[in-house]
Amino acid sequence: MDLVSLAVKSIFIENLALSFFLGMCTFLAVSKKIQTALGLGFAVFVVLAITVPVNNLIYQNFLQEGALAWAGLPEVDLSFLGLISYIGVIAALVQILEMFLDRFVPALYNALGIFLPLITVNCAILGASLFMVERDYTFTESVVYGASSGFGWALAIVALAGIREKLKYSDVPDGLQGLGITFITVGLMALGFLAFSGIQL
Amino acid sequence: MKKFNNLNLETRSMKGATKQAGFFHLPNDHIVKTIGVATLLCLVCSIIVSGAATLLKPTQVANALLDKKNNILAVSGISLEGKTVDQAFEQIDSLVIDIATGAVTDAVDATTFDQRKASKDAEYRVELSDDQDIAQIGGLSKYANVYLVKNQGAIDKIILPVKGYGLWGTMYGFIALEGDANTVSGITFYEHKETPGLGGEIENKKWQSSWVGKKVNDASGEPILQLIKGTVVAGTPQADYKIDGLAGATLTSNGVTNLVQFWLGENGFGPYLDKVRGQQNQASISMKTNVQERG
Amino acid sequence: MASEAKKALFEPLVSNNPIALQILGICSALAVTSQLSVALIMCLALTAVCAFSNLSISLIRNHVPSSIRIIVQMTIIASLVIVVDQVLKAYAFDVSKKLAVFVGLIITNCIVMGRAEAYAMKNGPWNSFLDGIGNGLGYSLILIIVATVRELFGSGTLLGYQILAPVSEGGWYTPNGLMLLAPSAFIIIGLTIWAIRAFDPKQVEKPDYEMQNAHNAPAHGASGGH
Repeated sequence: MDLVSLAVKSIFIENLALSFFLGMCTFLAVSKKIQTALGLGFAVFVVLAITVPVNNLIYQNFLQEGALAWAGLPEVDLSFLGLISYIGVIAALVQILEMFLDRFVPALYNALGIFLPLITVNCAILGASLFMVERDYTFTESVVYGASSGFGWALAIVALAGIREKLKYSDVPDGLQGLGITFITVGLMALGFLAFSGIQL
Repeated sequence: MKKFNNLNLETRSMKGATKQAGFFHLPNDHIVKTIGVATLLCLVCSIIVSGAATLLKPTQVANALLDKKNNILAVSGISLEGKTVDQAFEQIDSLVIDIATGAVTDAVDATTFDQRKASKDAEYRVELSDDQDIAQIGGLSKYANVYLVKNQGAIDKIILPVKGYGLWGTMYGFIALEGDANTVSGITFYEHKETPGLGGEIENKKWQSSWVGKKVNDASGEPILQLIKGTVVAGTPQADYKIDGLAGATLTSNGVTNLVQFWLGENGFGPYLDKVRGQQNQASISMKTNVQERG
Repeated sequence: MASEAKKALFEPLVSNNPIALQILGICSALAVTSQLSVALIMCLALTAVCAFSNLSISLIRNHVPSSIRIIVQMTIIASLVIVVDQVLKAYAFDVSKKLAVFVGLIITNCIVMGRAEAYAMKNGPWNSFLDGIGNGLGYSLILIIVATVRELFGSGTLLGYQILAPVSEGGWYTPNGLMLLAPSAFIIIGLTIWAIRAFDPKQVEKPDYEMQNAHNAPAHGASGGH
C-alpha cells in the first residue's frame, strides 16, 4: 500500500479518536484548553510513533504463529500473549521516555511530564498496536501508521479544545453543563469526520 | 467456570504464601521484596494465562473450523436438517487449484490448506500489479481452495472463497455457482468491517438471495456481473447481470462488484472456471454424440 | 449486607456512575453498542474483569511495593483480560469476532485501572469485589441504555428479534441509519447524562464562566475532569 495514502487515511478517514473512539477518557478530560490539549496531543504522537513499530517488531519476531522459527520452534503460536506484551512494552517505553526526557530534555519534560503517565492507560495507544496486528502492517507501514494516527488524534483533541474554549461562553442547560454538552459536541464532530469516509487516494 | 477455578487457585496460593515466609515481613520497598513480588506475580499470571490459552486452544480451533464449514454449507444450499455440520460437510469435495493455470493440484493437502493464511505466506504469495488488483487485496495465494458439491458425478455447485476491500476493511465470503460455472446460486459474507445497517447489509439474507440465478459472464467470457445504484428492474437489458446496490453504501457496493469481477475473472478463478465449462461442453457434446450414435 | 458493602455495590449505578460522572471507560461504550447482544457480552466481560482484578489486587495490596504498583495492577488486569478473551473465543466465537480488538482494550479501560487504584488498594477483598461488580454494573447500565436505543431505532430489532417492522420487509418503520453510526452513541450518552443529572441535581457541574448579571454567585473554577 502506498505510504502517503496510508498516512492520509489514518489521519483523517480512520481517525483514532473520531471514528474508532479510542482514547476517549483523556480526550474528554484534558480538552478544556488548547494549550494543554496541544501538550497531550504531542505526547500521544510521540508515544504512538515509538510503540507501534516496536510492537510490530515484537509481534513479527516473537508472537506470530511460526515467528519463533529462528529459535527452532516453528510450531509455536504465542499470539495469545499479544495483549500483555503490547501493554508491557507501552508501559515500559513510556517510563523510559519519561526518564530520558527528564534527564536530557527538561524543557520538553516539563511540558509533557504530567501527561506521560496518563498515556499508558490511553486506549488509543494500545488500540493502534492492536489494529496494526489485525491489519498485518509491515515494519515501514507500522512506522507511518503509528506516527500519522498519533497526529490524527492530536488534531482531533486540539480541535475539540478549540470548540470547548468557545463553548464556555454559551448558555448551556444545567444538566448538560460540562460533560453532557462535550459528548454532544464530540458526536457532531464525529459526524463531520464521517464525511472523510471512503476517500481513497 | 475455568476462570473461577484459576482465581481460587490464585487466591489460595497468595494466602499460603503469606503464612509461610519471612520474606513477606520485609518492608514493601525493600529491593528483595520488590523483585520477589514481581517474580511471584509473573509466575502466577503466566501459569493462569498460558494454562487458559493451552486448555482452550482445541475448542477455539474446532470453533473456527466449524464456523468455516457452516459458512460453506450455508452458501451451498445443502440442508442441515437432522445432520451435524460434519456429516453434512461430507457431501462437499475440497480441492486445491493452481490459480494461474486453473488445474487441480495436489502440491498441498486440500483438507488442511488455508488460502487465507497462505496469502500472507511468502512461499505461496503472488503480488498483484495495480491494474490487476481491482479488489484491492495486494496479493493472493498461488493455490486456492475450491469446494464442489457433486450430484451423481457431475458438478452441481462450485463454491469459491472470495475477498475484497469494502469501505472500512477487507470483506471475506463465499460465492457459489451452479454447475454451468456461470449462474450464481448463492453468496455469503462471513467477515467484514462495513458500517452496520448500511454496508453491513451485505450480511442481509434477503439481499443475498437476490443474487440467485444471476449470470456472471457475458458472451465474450468477461465477468460483468455488477451491483448498480438503486433497484434492478426485471426485463430491462442485462437485468441478469445486475444486482441491487446497497442503499447508502456506494463504496461497499463498488467493493463487492470489484470482488466478484476480480475473483471470477482471469486473475482469480477465471482459468479454473473456463476449464470446468470446457469439460462440461465436451461432456454434453459427447453425450449428444452418444445419443445420436445410438439413435 | 453491611452498609459499606451495599454502598460499594450500588453507589456506582446512578449516584456515582463511572461513565456519566467519572468520565471513565468510554471508548468501548461507544464502539460496541450498535447491537444489544454484543453490548451485553462486553458488559459481562468487563464486570468479570473488574470484579476479579479488584479482588486479586485487594488480596495482595499489603505486599505490593509502591514503586511497581501500577505495573503489578496492569499485569493482573492484562492476565484476566487474556483469559476472558480466550474464553470468549472458545465459547462465543461469533461475538468475539464482533468485539474484535475491544475485548483487548478492556486492559486500558480506565474503570478497571481506576477502581484498582482508588478502591482495591485501600479496602478489603470482599468489599473490593463488590465495588468491582458495582462499577461493572454502572458501566453496563449506560451500555445497555445506549445499545437498546441504537439497536431499536437503528435496525428495528432488539437482541435480533424484530420489534419495529422495517419498510424493506413490508412494515412501516424506516430504520434510522444514523443510530448505527458511532456519532449517535456520543449524543445518546450526552442525553443520558442530562437525564441522570436532572434526576440528581447534585451532579450538575458548575459552569466555567458565568454571565455577570445573570448570577451574583462567584464563578467557580473548572470542575469535573478527574
